[in-house]
Amino acid sequence: MERDGERIEITISSRFENIELVQVIAEHLCENAGMDEDGSHWIGMAVREAVANAIKHGNKLDVKKKVNASFELNGHDLAITISDEGTGFDPETVSDPLNPQNLMKTSGRGIFYMRTFMDQIRYTFDAGGGTSLVMTKNLAKGTGIASGKA
Amino acid sequence: MKATTREVNDIAIIKVEGKITIGAGDQQLRDVIASAASKKILLDLSGVTTIDSSGIGELVGSYTTVTNKGGKLKLLHLPAKLNELLHVTQLITVFEVYENEQEAINSF
Repeated sequence: MERDGERIEITISSRFENIELVQVIAEHLCENAGMDEDGSHWIGMAVREAVANAIKHGNKLDVKKKVNASFELNGHDLAITISDEGTGFDPETVSDPLNPQNLMKTSGRGIFYMRTFMDQIRYTFDAGGGTSLVMTKNLAKGTGIASGKA
Repeated sequence: MKATTREVNDIAIIKVEGKITIGAGDQQLRDVIASAASKKILLDLSGVTTIDSSGIGELVGSYTTVTNKGGKLKLLHLPAKLNELLHVTQLITVFEVYENEQEAINSF
């Protein structure tokens, strides 16, 4: 089933317990668009990682700061935007978890998982503060984990 | 997250159920492993419903802590999705993973 021009938006405070709300929206949207359970799960996981990063690294766990998540479905193309009120960062400085030197690190896999499960991810940083992450996925492209995206 | 521990042949078999995610279960996992009475630990993950990169990080951190103390941490009954998460990050090469409990016990 194709859904065209569907848009859902949610704003949450920066509490970890709110992550699941956003993840569930993502998974339901994908399932309603005809994606199988596996595919929906991995997209939900990418969203979970993105929102967790926005809360922890972007908004520094300040519950007064918000994370905004929007989902836009046009045909089979899903675009997910996660925005926080943080000061931004350089994605190039995030270490590669597949590097043997980093394999046993306890952190640093969130962005890797996002890149693995989505077709594309892109960060933009607002001059006045705030970071937006746009993740895209063509829902007709296949199920399970997208390979070679790291 | 809920964890129940039993001991078999001086191996602590810790069955973990529920979520191991940021702010919900990740730290608990670390604590329950740290407080195990044995240096031989078998983590039964069959009851894990959700895990994220933070949970994976705690698994890795616990493995390092146990190993550095001269112990062993092994995994039992990995759910399919957790198995895939470990595969894509090549962590599957780090852990010994078992589908059969007796086989896992015999391996220590």
